[in-house]
Amino acid sequence: MIAEKTNTAQQIIDAISPKAGKVGFIPDNVLTNAMLYLENKGIPTNKHEDYKYCNVDAILKKEFKNIKQELKTISSVNEFKLEDTVTLVVVNGNYSAELSDKIVLKGLHINSLNNLDAEGKKQIASIADAESDAFIALNSAFSGQGFHLKIEKNAQLQIPLHVIYISSCEGEALVNPRNIIELEANSEATIIEHQIAFGTGKTFTNFLSEKIVKENAKLTSYSIQDEKENGFSVNTNQVKVERYAKYDNTTITLSGQLVRNNHNVVLAGENSEAHLNGLFMTGNTQLVDNHTLMDHQVPNCESNELYKGVINDKSTGVFNGKIFVRKDAQKTNAYQSSKNILLSDDGTINTKPQLEIYADDVKCSHGTSTGKIDESAMFYLNARGISKESANRILLNAFAGEVINKLEVDSVKEYVEKRLGF
Amino acid sequence: MISIKNLHASVDGKEILKGINLEVKAGEIHAIMGPNGSGKSTLSSVLAGKEDYEVTEGEVTFNGKDLLDMDPDVRAKEGLFLAFQYPVEIPGVSNINFLKTALNEKRAYEGKGPVEAKDFLALVKEKQKLVELDGKLANRSVNEGFSGGEKKRNEIFQMAMLEPKLAILDETDSGLDIDALRVVANGVNTLKTKENAYIVITHYQRLLDHIVPDFVHILYNGKIVKSGGKELALELEAKGYDEVKKQFETI
Ligand SMILES: Nc1ncnc2c1ncn2[C@@H]1O[C@H](COP(=O)(O)OP(=O)(O)OP(=O)(O)O)[C@@H](O)[C@H]1O
Ligand SMILES: [Mg+2]
Repeated sequence: MIAEKTNTAQQIIDAISPKAGKVGFIPDNVLTNAMLYLENKGIPTNKHEDYKYCNVDAILKKEFKNIKQELKTISSVNEFKLEDTVTLVVVNGNYSAELSDKIVLKGLHINSLNNLDAEGKKQIASIADAESDAFIALNSAFSGQGFHLKIEKNAQLQIPLHVIYISSCEGEALVNPRNIIELEANSEATIIEHQIAFGTGKTFTNFLSEKIVKENAKLTSYSIQDEKENGFSVNTNQVKVERYAKYDNTTITLSGQLVRNNHNVVLAGENSEAHLNGLFMTGNTQLVDNHTLMDHQVPNCESNELYKGVINDKSTGVFNGKIFVRKDAQKTNAYQSSKNILLSDDGTINTKPQLEIYADDVKCSHGTSTGKIDESAMFYLNARGISKESANRILLNAFAGEVINKLEVDSVKEYVEKRLGF
Repeated sequence: MISIKNLHASVDGKEILKGINLEVKAGEIHAIMGPNGSGKSTLSSVLAGKEDYEVTEGEVTFNGKDLLDMDPDVRAKEGLFLAFQYPVEIPGVSNINFLKTALNEKRAYEGKGPVEAKDFLALVKEKQKLVELDGKLANRSVNEGFSGGEKKRNEIFQMAMLEPKLAILDETDSGLDIDALRVVANGVNTLKTKENAYIVITHYQRLLDHIVPDFVHILYNGKIVKSGGKELALELEAKGYDEVKKQFETI
């Protein structure tokens, strides 16, 4: 579909250019292509097939008329730390070595993106194509000074890493956190990416992460999104999973006025595996849009997706899951399930499985359901003396539990349960 | 205990209860029998407060209070208990946490603090023993994957935990094997005091051999058409409902 171009992109570029630092680490050709893409295609409106329910152009026009880029500094993140994890901090897109824990873990290498050796530099924009999406382009053009995180060959990180991304400004601002996470062969790590926003200002966070899981490595990734009512974000995860490697992600959206997730996984090596789980519980006029892509490029891979939504008030939830099985990807197993509970008459849920299968010997299935709270379960609990309010909480907790239980780090699970009032 | 006067109830505009009158006093056991579809479960549901049913006429007083005016959870907190004919499976909700919440909400309603963890566990153990419920079931999701008999036992276990004033047992005997029937009946008899009361809905005399009723009522076509002592059940067992049906067909 032809995307109608508006001048929003140009206005943003004009607003943030004067205050943007030089993005030295993005290769020149990528930078040029990114700018050209923005100029030609602009920010997607709802005419764009992939942004049908998520008109970012309109949201930016309405909410970010006056981007001033008055970013705030942060002096402490202690209140956000999670037990039994190592904290890394990114403030308004810039990696902060000062605020991050100074702990040496065997096999862990963290570097600022503008401080990479030739080898590391090659990975920048190696899997996130600036010409595939406006937000990848925008991030590439104005990327913050993010980090490169590498887990060395054969290393198994015993302590989970907790990366806190803070967006904080006065007025209106756009920030572009960016990182590369690389797990070398046979390595293992758990990484919690936790997005928060605070202060009086409104922030638009355009997050981009390139994740490379090499042969026989295992990356467990949690995305905890909690930017509150002044937070707007588009979050792109571009993941490449190589032979015998495993990628698990669980994304919990706790808050945010706009949260759009583009989670794109390429199963690039045989016998690789990926699991994507998601939970969003929305209220007021929130919009949470999960777009996933499982790109099965080679034979014998497995993917599994479970997304659950609870939609209240006038909020909107979207799940669009695309499974792409290429011609050569025989013996693919790909499953997808989206389950939702609508709590209000004014809430909306849009779900769309998109299966494009070009191989013939595959097992693919998808299911989607949307309902209300189970009335007979509700009556059963009430008949035992449990009030409507607690019964509601109990039943929602049971529904959400299937996803929350995927969080295997206790402090993360507790944080999420507490935030959801369970 | 409970006084039901001229109770009419409909669902989707169709009248199912057509003027029920029933008086149950503390210390009594009443049995309600009647052919399939006569309205027994509807009566239980209406008393427990299921919203699908619309009460169109009549009144129900429970320990001096207007029952129909209360939300379902308040009815339970006031001491009404319904052992469901078809207990609901609730995946993801642990049996034990659910019971703890129920117990604590009732305690809060009575102005008491939450039950101590160790007292709660002791209570669970004691009551499980009473109905010979497998301890493992307590930690599973509410009724999920329980066998028919296990579900019924679980209802009585919950009843034992909550100690209601009035318990309505809706065909608790159906699906129970002979041993389980005896266990459940023993449980009920043990919990029976002069202060509480039971309404036992059943199709079979064999339950009433164990739980001996003071009164037996026949519900037919939304009305109690005949009441008597425990011998009425024996009579039904021998003759069936034919006579009753013939007599009241025109109603
Ligand atoms: N929610 C409902 N919607 C429509 N009809 C209903 C509903 N509930 C009950 N009924 C009807 O009301 C009548 C009485 O049903 P009820 O379940 O009370 O019978 P019962 O006496 O308990 O029968 P059984 O002995 O088979 O358990 C039946 O004809 C039933 O189909
Ligand atoms: Mg019935």
